[in-house]
Amino acid sequence: MSQIKHHITDPMLVAYAAGSLEHPFALVVAAHVSLCEECRVQLGAHEAVGGALLDGQAVHAVSVSMKDALLAQLDVVPAAEPDQTCERSGAYPGPVMKALKGKPPRWKSVGGGVRQTLLHVDDDGSVRLLYIPAGKAVPDHGHNGIELTLVLQGAFSDEAGRYGVGDLEVADDTLEHTPIAEQGAPCICLAATDAPLRFNRLIPRLLQPLLRI
Amino acid sequence: MPQSRDPKYSDQTVLMLAVRDRRDRAAFGKLFDYFAPRLKGVAMRSGLGSGAAEDVAQEVMLTVWRKADKFDPHRAQVSAWIFQIARNRRIDLVRKENRPVPEEIKIADDVEDDAGQILAMEQEAGQLKTALDQLTPDQRNMIEKAYLGELSHKEISDQTGLALGTVKSRIRLGLERLRHELKGMR
Repeated sequence: MSQIKHHITDPMLVAYAAGSLEHPFALVVAAHVSLCEECRVQLGAHEAVGGALLDGQAVHAVSVSMKDALLAQLDVVPAAEPDQTCERSGAYPGPVMKALKGKPPRWKSVGGGVRQTLLHVDDDGSVRLLYIPAGKAVPDHGHNGIELTLVLQGAFSDEAGRYGVGDLEVADDTLEHTPIAEQGAPCICLAATDAPLRFNRLIPRLLQPLLRI
Repeated sequence: MPQSRDPKYSDQTVLMLAVRDRRDRAAFGKLFDYFAPRLKGVAMRSGLGSGAAEDVAQEVMLTVWRKADKFDPHRAQVSAWIFQIARNRRIDLVRKENRPVPEEIKIADDVEDDAGQILAMEQEAGQLKTALDQLTPDQRNMIEKAYLGELSHKEISDQTGLALGTVKSRIRLGLERLRHELKGMR
């Protein structure tokens, strides 16, 4: 049964339901919902609110010619669309596998035994997989914006608590934290930020532009 | 009183099931007449002109026709389902890359419609509409902006607190039902 204790915040789930959430965060939300029945139900409820609001919208009459043009298209067989879904593979939920284009992650070392696979970077932020060996720490860092960290394998603890598989940590600019992977299995996380991380020690900070974290 | 064999679904559900199961064009025409002017209205809120907003409504309704087999009245109201289609289209327009979607729950193909479940969903939706109508105009405006994609998650977080709480308290019952439903599918 589900042991997930840390969930998506309501504003973030509403933004995802509304389609306004930035892509890096949307990937984390889709991955969490794939693992979390509770949040899947919540998402369905928010979409029901969206439907009720659509239902109550002011109407703007559409032209008869548009309706006729649409009805004339009903027999046209559309070109096949690219498949939006991907199967889960091991620790990686479907949307993560989709972002990996169906292939295993290609890890790159970021020091201290920690490795990463960058999945996406754009003006809205970035999203990556992090691999933290058992007992190791991700370098001490704070954030200029918001960081979402979803545990896919193993567990980590930091100043805010303990996070196991499916748990989602939401860290904002008030949290300076050092996530440490638990003993046992390595910890694999999906992490998204809407701004570069700030590392508190000099060396990682110099490397930041190179690592793109 | 003998129970009617024909469950009293809402008009929208009856029409959508006719489109899904019988490819009924007249039923589709009626859904179009209801939803297209509302979809156009939502698109115009976001700043589109009348012509461009009609294009949006047309595209969304064409998707309703083409993807009708995905409509599942146990899990979403017609309006909630069309809301999702409109939302997905908006994201796909902005992003060239894949829109992240959760894994789908596997459902057996030959499951018969459960009228009780569908009617319960409809009842919840009715209660939700009533709750939305009871918001103050300011709250209602904020909630509409949040759910129609006009606010960032930070703005939703900063500006909709009380109104969002009110809405959330009204969808709790529906949540219980949906939760039960999802458990049955695992």
